[in-house]
Amino acid sequence: MRYIKQLLIILAITCIGEILKYFIPLPIPASIYGLVIMFICLAAGIIKLDQVRETAEFLVEIMAIMFIPPAVGLISSWDQLSSVLVPFAVITVLSTFIVMIITGKTADFLLSRKKGGSADE
Amino acid sequence: MNSIFAESATIGIVISLLAYEFGVLLKNKFKFGIFNPLMIAIVLTIVFLVVFNVDYDTYNSSAKYLNYLLTPATVSLAIPLYQKLDLLKKNLWPILGSIFIGALASVCSVLAMSVLFRLTHEEYVTLLPKSITTAVGMVVSSELGGYTAITTAIIIITGVLGNMTAEFICKVARIKNPVSKGLAIGTASHAIGTSKAMQIGKTEGAMSGLSVAVAGVYTVILASVFAMFY
Repeated sequence: MRYIKQLLIILAITCIGEILKYFIPLPIPASIYGLVIMFICLAAGIIKLDQVRETAEFLVEIMAIMFIPPAVGLISSWDQLSSVLVPFAVITVLSTFIVMIITGKTADFLLSRKKGGSADE
Repeated sequence: MNSIFAESATIGIVISLLAYEFGVLLKNKFKFGIFNPLMIAIVLTIVFLVVFNVDYDTYNSSAKYLNYLLTPATVSLAIPLYQKLDLLKKNLWPILGSIFIGALASVCSVLAMSVLFRLTHEEYVTLLPKSITTAVGMVVSSELGGYTAITTAIIIITGVLGNMTAEFICKVARIKNPVSKGLAIGTASHAIGTSKAMQIGKTEGAMSGLSVAVAGVYTVILASVFAMFY
């Protein structure tokens, strides 16, 4: 019984996200609206963690496999991609590494500075 | 083979999962970052389809159900994030600030290299949303006049690349704090990277999930501004 109710809550919030996306003319996907609504409901105590936890953890754990079909679909866009392959590959690889390193280092710096500050209080 | 695939509602999923499990097996055996289960699953599935001459659409008629779960799974990222609510509250501004710097680094690096490679404006805006989640990136690309199909491909490649290299990059760059790791992975490689961050740890996963949402919103704004620069 527990799983049915958990699934209901998760899918209902997903559905609300989809409806919001229909009405709000912004390039924000239903999943992001849903994530925010779920987070607010949990933080406000409207939904208790136990009412969604197992099913949510299951979905999050298997998330990696959900990307297999669209990634396999890259074979269909290969023709378009092959004409710009070299510059696009270089930019994609370098930019991904740059973003990861800059974000991580900035966060390390800001977090350690904050920790130092709160130690003085 | 096409007709078997067309008849079955599970065969595409079974092939995908088998390929993934084989990837996990290789990874456990060799302990190398290159043996990334997701990457191996994608390559093996493509090889399988090519060898047995199965159309992508036929494979996807059953495999699409895996992808169907992606929206509720993304909504479910709110749960690990909520479990780290205290951490988020305590570090709200460093977290939001780092993601902003990361999103800025993304559009700046694409701009600099697009100038370097003398790409056309259309090619440049095609690449601008490469680090954010597919659903947002596609819309950004099409609104700015990019090639949407290529943007989708680049976003997926970026995600898989992040998924593959996250642990290595964090180690080499000496990114130490689990919060920083999560922010780095999510900002650079969206939901596909997040699925890796979840495997590294709960804090990493929660922060990576948060970054997907926040970096998406930042990039929508940044990309429309940066589209005017080149």
